[in-house]
Amino acid sequence: MSLTLAAGALRQTDYWWTVFKRTWKGGVISSFVSPLFYVVAMGVLLGGFIEGDPAKLEGATSYLAFIVPGLVAAHAMQIAVGETTYPVMGALKWHKTYYSMIATPLEPRHLVAANLMFVLFRLATACGVFMLVLAPFGVFESWWGPFLAFGSQLLVGMAFATLVYGFSTRLYSEQGFGVLFRLGVLPLTLFSGAFFPITNLGPVLEWVARLTPLWHGVNLSRMFCLDTVDWSTAAINVAVLVVVIVVGWFWSVSGLEKRLDDR
Amino acid sequence: MIRARGLRKSFGEFEAVKGIDVDVRRGEAFGFLGPNGAGKSSTMRMIASVSPISGGSLEILGMDPATDGPAIRGRLGVCPQEDTLDNELNVRDNLYIYGRYFGIPKGEVNSRVDELLEFVSLTEKSRSKVEDLSGGMKRRLTIARSLVNNPDLLLLDEPTTGLDPQARHVLWDQLFRLKQAGVTLVITTHYMDEAEQLCDRLVVMDKGLIAAEGSPRQLIEEHSTREVAELRFAITDETNPHEAIAGKIEDLGRLEVLPDRILVYSPDGEEVIAKVHERGLDPIAVLVRRSTLEDVFLKLTGRTLVD
Ligand SMILES: Nc1ncnc2c1ncn2[C@@H]1O[C@H](COP(=O)(O)OP(=O)(O)OP(=O)(O)O)[C@@H](O)[C@H]1O
Ligand SMILES: [Mg+2]
Repeated sequence: MSLTLAAGALRQTDYWWTVFKRTWKGGVISSFVSPLFYVVAMGVLLGGFIEGDPAKLEGATSYLAFIVPGLVAAHAMQIAVGETTYPVMGALKWHKTYYSMIATPLEPRHLVAANLMFVLFRLATACGVFMLVLAPFGVFESWWGPFLAFGSQLLVGMAFATLVYGFSTRLYSEQGFGVLFRLGVLPLTLFSGAFFPITNLGPVLEWVARLTPLWHGVNLSRMFCLDTVDWSTAAINVAVLVVVIVVGWFWSVSGLEKRLDDR
Repeated sequence: MIRARGLRKSFGEFEAVKGIDVDVRRGEAFGFLGPNGAGKSSTMRMIASVSPISGGSLEILGMDPATDGPAIRGRLGVCPQEDTLDNELNVRDNLYIYGRYFGIPKGEVNSRVDELLEFVSLTEKSRSKVEDLSGGMKRRLTIARSLVNNPDLLLLDEPTTGLDPQARHVLWDQLFRLKQAGVTLVITTHYMDEAEQLCDRLVVMDKGLIAAEGSPRQLIEEHSTREVAELRFAITDETNPHEAIAGKIEDLGRLEVLPDRILVYSPDGEEVIAKVHERGLDPIAVLVRRSTLEDVFLKLTGRTLVD
């Protein structure tokens, strides 16, 4: 009798399609244009000052090749966070769209599923196009690696999407997002191995960095792009991200269930 | 259609609904009348199967909301107290998208939406943004939206609050037509005229409890007299004269002493006024009227409804 997760999520297709039509233009700028600035500024221009020593750059022959896989992974995190902060609070607090949805046969878990599917779609288009654009620059060492790198970018993006979604459902004031951006997203972006090898952090901080989900995504993405895959490390990276996604899923559903009974 | 026994709802320590028994039968219009904070909306959200009950039992359309929530909601129409229309969508899309949530096929939703826009006289506005609608139009759109799945049971939480008298009458007329069509209505309101106009049966709710139950006529007969004499006296000095005057007319009927007037409940209001004058009292204004639900409420709770 109860509606399956997929069926419930599919009923929201028309809704998310209108959201897409409304937001894709802004998405183009934040998804493609700004990251390309990063690639040019950091990878090409700043990278010009950095010696391309594979021994120091985790096997990359240029700083550009080193930074690109990390940048895309960090970008995936930022898109995921962007899509699960203000939009989620909006659906709860400002537009109350979720309240109209749960008056129908849909349940909170259906709303979470559809919303996360939309985030996945945003991640896939943003990271996919980003990777395609970078292909001609000779930063990929094998033909198949970038596809697996793309998969790991989606994984790390979804890990953050589920975690932050659950956080947002428990947040009553948008001021909390400022804290999340400054104390969460920014340090993660800077110190999780996207811009420099985490071995430079010193032994203690290196281990802290290894505990962050973003590092697991950056590491996977880079190993696949540079064809330096250590399969046992890769297995651990994937396992960590999958566990985060599963835990994040339950954290999100329980958060939304509680929140929708308590306005 | 609805059967509640000892129904409770708590938010943390606070108990908003403290054990109520309710039965709503097929085809009737049932009302919850009560002041702000009485627990009407909390009750409605439990009936709408979006808010888990905290105690007692609740059965809707023969099902248990805890386990059959989706099946129940598929047959309900809900018009919440606060509008939950999507401001980013136009009028028509608000109905269309909502209909899709019920799993109704596209073609069927489309024709249903056209019918409903016609029904609530918003066909001309179908491409307008929701933001540009007046309060009354938004309310009508919310009602149209609640009907998109052809519900058996329609829940309306303060459908006319904030509307001007004309818009209210238009809405009442629409609700009346729905009732004629066999839809069971559950309405909350703090307007007694609305309750009298629309409801076959109602409960008076106050502080999370039911204070009385019956048809509007029954309630008035049971808890009030046929007529009420309202007396206003000039305020001559600092002290409110109403308390002192009340002492002199206690025997004329049950009294309610309000800050601005005294109500005397009696089968014959004119006789009360004549006696007041006989006793040398000189009210600046008098009025005799029939008892209303407002009086029932005052008697039951000691407070006026709209404060
Ligand atoms: N989510 C909530 N968390 C905490 N308290 C709540 C919550 N919802 C309602 N309440 C409290 O429960 C009581 C009843 O609220 P409810 O909204 O059911 O009243 P109501 O009869 O609908 O009033 P109104 O006429 O103002 O709409 C109020 O005191 C309110 O503050
Ligand atoms: Mg209410």
